[in-house]
Amino acid sequence: MTVGIIGYGTSIPKLRIKVEEIASVWGKNAERVSSGLGIKEKAVASFDEDSATLAVESARVAIQSAGIRAQDIGAIFVGSESKPYAVKPTAAIVAEAVAAVPDLTAADFEFACKAGTTAIQCCMGLSASQYIQYGLAIGSDTAQGRPNDALEFSAGSGAAAFVIGTEKPIAEIEATFSYTTDTPDFWRRQHAEFPRHAGRFTAGPAYFKHTLGAANGLMNKLGTQPKDYAFAVFHQPNGKFPYRAASILGFEKEKIESGLLTPMIGNTYSAATLIGLSAVLDIAKPGDRILVTSYGSGAGSDAFSITVTKEITKKARRQPVPVWEQINNKKYVPYAIYAKHRKKLKGM
Amino acid sequence: MVGTQPLIWRRIPERYRLHGSKCLTCNAEFFPQRQFCPNCRRKGKLVKEHMPMDGTIYSYTYVHSAPEGFEYHVPYFMAIIELKNGVRLMSQLADSEPESVKINASVRMVFRRVHESEAEEAIAYGYKFKVVD
Ligand SMILES: [Zn+2]
Repeated sequence: MTVGIIGYGTSIPKLRIKVEEIASVWGKNAERVSSGLGIKEKAVASFDEDSATLAVESARVAIQSAGIRAQDIGAIFVGSESKPYAVKPTAAIVAEAVAAVPDLTAADFEFACKAGTTAIQCCMGLSASQYIQYGLAIGSDTAQGRPNDALEFSAGSGAAAFVIGTEKPIAEIEATFSYTTDTPDFWRRQHAEFPRHAGRFTAGPAYFKHTLGAANGLMNKLGTQPKDYAFAVFHQPNGKFPYRAASILGFEKEKIESGLLTPMIGNTYSAATLIGLSAVLDIAKPGDRILVTSYGSGAGSDAFSITVTKEITKKARRQPVPVWEQINNKKYVPYAIYAKHRKKLKGM
Repeated sequence: MVGTQPLIWRRIPERYRLHGSKCLTCNAEFFPQRQFCPNCRRKGKLVKEHMPMDGTIYSYTYVHSAPEGFEYHVPYFMAIIELKNGVRLMSQLADSEPESVKINASVRMVFRRVHESEAEEAIAYGYKFKVVD
């Protein structure tokens, strides 16, 4: 049974803060921070946005581009590490808002930055086995970094949603392969406001080991090579790691640039790989093959081999407002306004 | 105020997805939902109907002095929105710069937190509208 992407949608908040603005508050060299991370600015959720509202906005677009009835969605899974509630499912809020209630299953997934791709895998299984007609997989985050921590410069906000099913996919998912170990590179304890990370340890044994493990595992399983792919999308905690991953695997850097958005919106955590894939689907042609590999601290990667079909050229099958247009629709805020919107001021 | 939870819950279809009513006798549409058609009285037959998510600004005001729970939002726009089906409703505007807020400007519904509550309370989500080009 062929399973694939039926529709997709992205939601990126309008507010932006420049890395140089954050650097100036903490007395850091803006240029050095910005070039070190490969990030110019990041998307900031407004005071009335959170990972649930962004999830709903992206879901509405995905259902529209899929051209399906919301009542035909049999499962909604939302991946996030910044849930509005510690206990209460975001997926149920999405299900109500898109009018998919009540005949469906729903749950929230957490695996740092890769919970959204894991949600896609679950929807693939349920729809390929025909337990459900369509599944809705979402990655959504409004990540926060401790003030003056390296993460404050990179933690962005955004969401992407994918309708997964077997009928008239705009892109077929040929295979998926995952790579998981217990690696304490990044975590947030219960009741802690901000996450902790293990500094340089986050690169080699964490991001690269798992990203390369999943991508190579997938290509070995399929017998494919980097030259078979028109695009590659990697998790993008900063603007640099994806270039290095691409180079080690043997992908030309041109193949990752369409799906590399962290330099302009920051690391959107569970949404990062999925917004990258959305940006590629905005422009991809039938027959184009896409390698997608997420990474979540803790740690694991999910890799997918995807081939775009002719369906994508039909009317209204791509999202109406492409990712790059959403990125360019922005309003800059100074640090104090950013701190107000993100409720970083004591007593708010 | 745990007492507000039943009210938040009852309004979910209306606030999350603009669930209103339509009279099958005279085709009039209403938001919020009604039990009774004012045109047809007893001959009216009301069914649930989703309102369109697009419309225009019919009238607006710029709020500088906010009621309790909206203090961090100021200044913000409250607008009367005329939906594509002619139904009017009041809504806060999101992401809309003063220069873009004009009578007849096109707007689209967005899903947002509608008001701030205490940290341990349930969150009230719902519709706002934003100006679209
Ligand atoms: Zn009537």
